[in-house]
Order: sequence, then C-alpha cells, then structure tokens
Amino acid sequence: MSDRDLVVLGVGMHPWGKWGRDFTEYGMVAARAALKDAGIEWKDVQYVAGADTIRNGYPGFIAGATFAQKMGWTGARVSSSYAACASGAMSLQTARASILAGFCDVAMVIGADTTPKGFFAPVGGGDRKNDPDWLRFHLLGATNPAYFALFARRRMDLYGATSEDFAQVKVKNSLHGLNNPNARFRKENAVEDVLNSPVVSDPLRLLDICATSDGAAAMIVTSRAFAEKHLGSLKGVPRIKAVSTSTPTYPQTLLEMPDFATDSSAVVMPPARGFKDSICWDAYEEAGVGPEDLSMAEVYDLSTALELDWYEHLGLCAPGEAEGLLRSGATTIGGRIPVNPSGGLSCFGEAIPAQAIAQVCELVWQLRGQAEGRQIDNAKLGITANQGLFGHGSSVIVGV
Amino acid sequence: MSETATSNASQVPAIEGWFTLDQNPHLIGAQCTACGTYVFPPREGACPSPSCDSDELTATPFSRFGTVWSYAENRYAPPLPYRAAEPFEPYALVAVQLEKEGLIVLGQAPKGILAKDLKVGMRMQLETDVLYREDGVDYMIYVWAPAVQDEVVGGAK
Repeated sequence: MSDRDLVVLGVGMHPWGKWGRDFTEYGMVAARAALKDAGIEWKDVQYVAGADTIRNGYPGFIAGATFAQKMGWTGARVSSSYAACASGAMSLQTARASILAGFCDVAMVIGADTTPKGFFAPVGGGDRKNDPDWLRFHLLGATNPAYFALFARRRMDLYGATSEDFAQVKVKNSLHGLNNPNARFRKENAVEDVLNSPVVSDPLRLLDICATSDGAAAMIVTSRAFAEKHLGSLKGVPRIKAVSTSTPTYPQTLLEMPDFATDSSAVVMPPARGFKDSICWDAYEEAGVGPEDLSMAEVYDLSTALELDWYEHLGLCAPGEAEGLLRSGATTIGGRIPVNPSGGLSCFGEAIPAQAIAQVCELVWQLRGQAEGRQIDNAKLGITANQGLFGHGSSVIVGV
Repeated sequence: MSETATSNASQVPAIEGWFTLDQNPHLIGAQCTACGTYVFPPREGACPSPSCDSDELTATPFSRFGTVWSYAENRYAPPLPYRAAEPFEPYALVAVQLEKEGLIVLGQAPKGILAKDLKVGMRMQLETDVLYREDGVDYMIYVWAPAVQDEVVGGAK
C-alpha cells in the first residue's frame, strides 16, 4: 500500500429519485449510512468536504457547513467545493489533501441535490451577457442534450455508429442497474424502447439521455494509521489510489459545454493528449496502473453515446472502436471490462454534487464483493471518469 | 473590416460585437497582437495562451467559410432565457471548424436547415437570421448555412 493511499472506511447513499424534498434530508441519510458502514461516530469526523449544489440557495453553496450543522456542530473543519458534475471528486481531493498533509485523519465527503423538472437552465435571473452559460441558452438554445448530440453525431458521421449502437448502451446499463437498490430507474429496456422514445436533440432520444435526479452520496475516508488502528488489518479494504481533477491544457480543441467555441490551435499546437484523455491518464499515472489493470469502470453516461466516448478516453479501446467493444460484450458484467456496473446515470439520473461520489461508492461495493445482483467477479481495481462543465476533470482510482 | 455594417432600425444584433450585419456577414473574434492566436467570442485583455503574457487583443474579422465539425437538432423548445417561437419549430445547431483561425464555433443553422441537410465535413458559410422579435425589432444572430457562395467573393479576409 502506498503511503499516499487513502482508506475508504465507509460509503452510503440515499436512493436516487424525484421527490423535490430539501436536499439536506437526502444528505443526512447518506451521511448516517456512511458512518454506520465505517463503524464510527459523527463526532469522530474531523473534516467535512461538501460538494455544492447551485440550485438550492445559500445552503447549497456552503455544503460542508450545511451538513456539519445539520448533523450537529462538532467543531469539525469544513470545505465546500463547486466543480459542476466534478464537485464530488473535487471534494474528495480536498479531504485527501487535508489527510495527506496530516491536518486530520478522518473526513466525510458528501454531496446531495434536489433538481427541477425538465432541461437544466441557467441558475439565477436577469440578463447576464458576460456569463457563457446564460448566453448559450439565450443566443443558441444550446441545451445540455444539444452538446451531447454533437458528440453523438461525430461518432455516427466519423465511425459509422448507429442509433442501435447507442440504444445498446442503454440496454446494457438497464440490465446492470436492475437490482441496484439505489437506482431510480430499474426497468429492463430493449433496443426498440430506446428507438421508439422521442428524439430530444437529434440524434439522441429521450432514453439515450440521462434524467436529472434527487439523491445523495457520502463516504468516510481516513489516513492509513487511523484505519489500521480502527480495523486491525487493511487486507481487502478499498483504497483511493488516485484522484485526478485535471483542467484542460491550451488549446482545448473539443467543443464543450457551455462554450461557443474551442480554443484556437492556429498558433499553439494542441497537447498530445486532449482534455478528456488527460483526465483519465493523469489518474493512471498517479496510481501507477494502466487500462489493462482495470476490473471495471464507472463513467459519466450523460448520454449513451458519451459512454462510448469514455471507452476511448480511458484507453479501453482505440478511437472509433467503442461500438465494437460494446458489441463484443466486453463492457457488460461478465465481460472483460464491465462499464457502469451500477447502471450508471442511465439508471440513476444525475444528482450533480452526489454523482462523482456515487461512482466511487459503486467501486467500493464491487471491491468488497457487496454489489448484490450486479457483482463483478474478482474485482480488484476500478476507475471513475467524469467531467464538469467549465473544464473540471474528475477521475478516481480505487483498488484493494 | 472592408464592409460597412448596414444600419437598419428594425434589425439589431442580439449581442453586440460578435458579428457584422451586412451583405457578407462574418464573425468578429479577437486576435493577440503578440502571438497571433485567436479567440471567440471576442474579448479584451489577457491572451488565452499560457505561453503569452500579452494583454492586447484586437477585434478581427473571422473567415466566413468553414466545415462542419458536428451538428444537432433541437426537437423541444429550450428553456428561458431562450425566446422560443410558438409554436416551436425544430432547428439545428452546427459546430463549424474555421481552418485559418484553428477553432470551432457553435451556431444555429438558418430556419429550415435541419440535421438531415447536414454532414460532418460539409462546407458552410456565415449568414444572419432573426433570433427573436420584440416590439417590432428583429434581434439578429449569426447562423451557419450550407455554403453557396464562392469564398473569393464572400470571404471577409
């Protein structure tokens, strides 16, 4: 075990759904579950790293303090991080830095959200002509699914991907999540179900696109010394081996939300690895592993087609080969490298600040052999991959 | 810029300074006076390149022609602050690669040009179209249309 590994002592969730309740209620359930799983008391937590939500007022912007107060003030240090979809990974990194620097031994990483119905729209009122997120809606009507559709269409026109290929991702993930007690959508989907659902942003259909959900996830991470004292032996206990929160290197050449344009590569050569590749490879390098060492991956399937993109960014296959890898069954549970054994966003929907934490929770359950109904045989090492808008990378490697 | 913008009381740009409203419209980006890199939307101040410490960006006309990087078609009305027409008509979004400037710019396609009319690699040219109408004023936006003009004639620069 590396000296820089963090021990994951406990994980917990509030199931994903759509109820519109106060987000802190969900967070409390997840926090209590993680504490119980870790076998520690709330008073043992020295640091609370909250992942922010921006759709729930002031308490959402100061998530660390919000949960510390909700659980009962103990004097614990807090942090609150916002990195869009990558907020959970950024919170984990903050907790990790505090533990590795020796400032604390036990930290809680927590995120929860309540989401409105329909398309995500810019947060806050008024004309904001300097805010690219406001402008992309106002000037273009460029919704999140529209950006997902741009990437899907690239796969079709460049690699010959079909709507059936995209539907097959949904079919796989719906099978994976069928028995996951925390998943919101637990229904088997056939290719026809996807193809018969309405087109939202061509070429993507309703069942290609992830929903927005309420939900919460939490984990307890500790120093090695604390965990050894607490558990006796660390054999078989999942450990965080890398956290990548990479940002792009100029020029960023993929058109990403919420931008109107990419950077220019007219004068400065693009980096050898594009942004989404670098998110994953920075994690591999930190952990000293490669894609061939993985037992599984949890990737951000905001759309079915984006899951296929991640296969390539993760190096599971070469660019243009993701549809082949999917069709081979390699990414289905029982295959060589199962992707989204939890069911992914396809079965959960997106609860933004909780999602990157939820990805890690799934890896932990798989590594402990506790992923009932979706267990991968002999799981030893897993990776998460995700990206938050405005250039936030998120990739975590967990192993036993 | 060689063209003079035609001023029409009933047409105003939905956003100032991003494009011209003339016979051969083009985008206005910014270029670094020191290293020559480009940026869109146009802005002032710091060069976006980390290797350049220049604080001088100047407004510059972008090529009117480019090729499709990708495209999408919105089938549902986007939420506010988009002013969707009622009844809503599907429309396409097109990301176009500009060779000289080395970047991709996202825009709408003109009304009536849909995904079925587009293909990655297709040649496009910049036009303008009405984004929304309010109090008798047309708020205009740049759009990417399939190229019909010869670049030599229509090229901004």
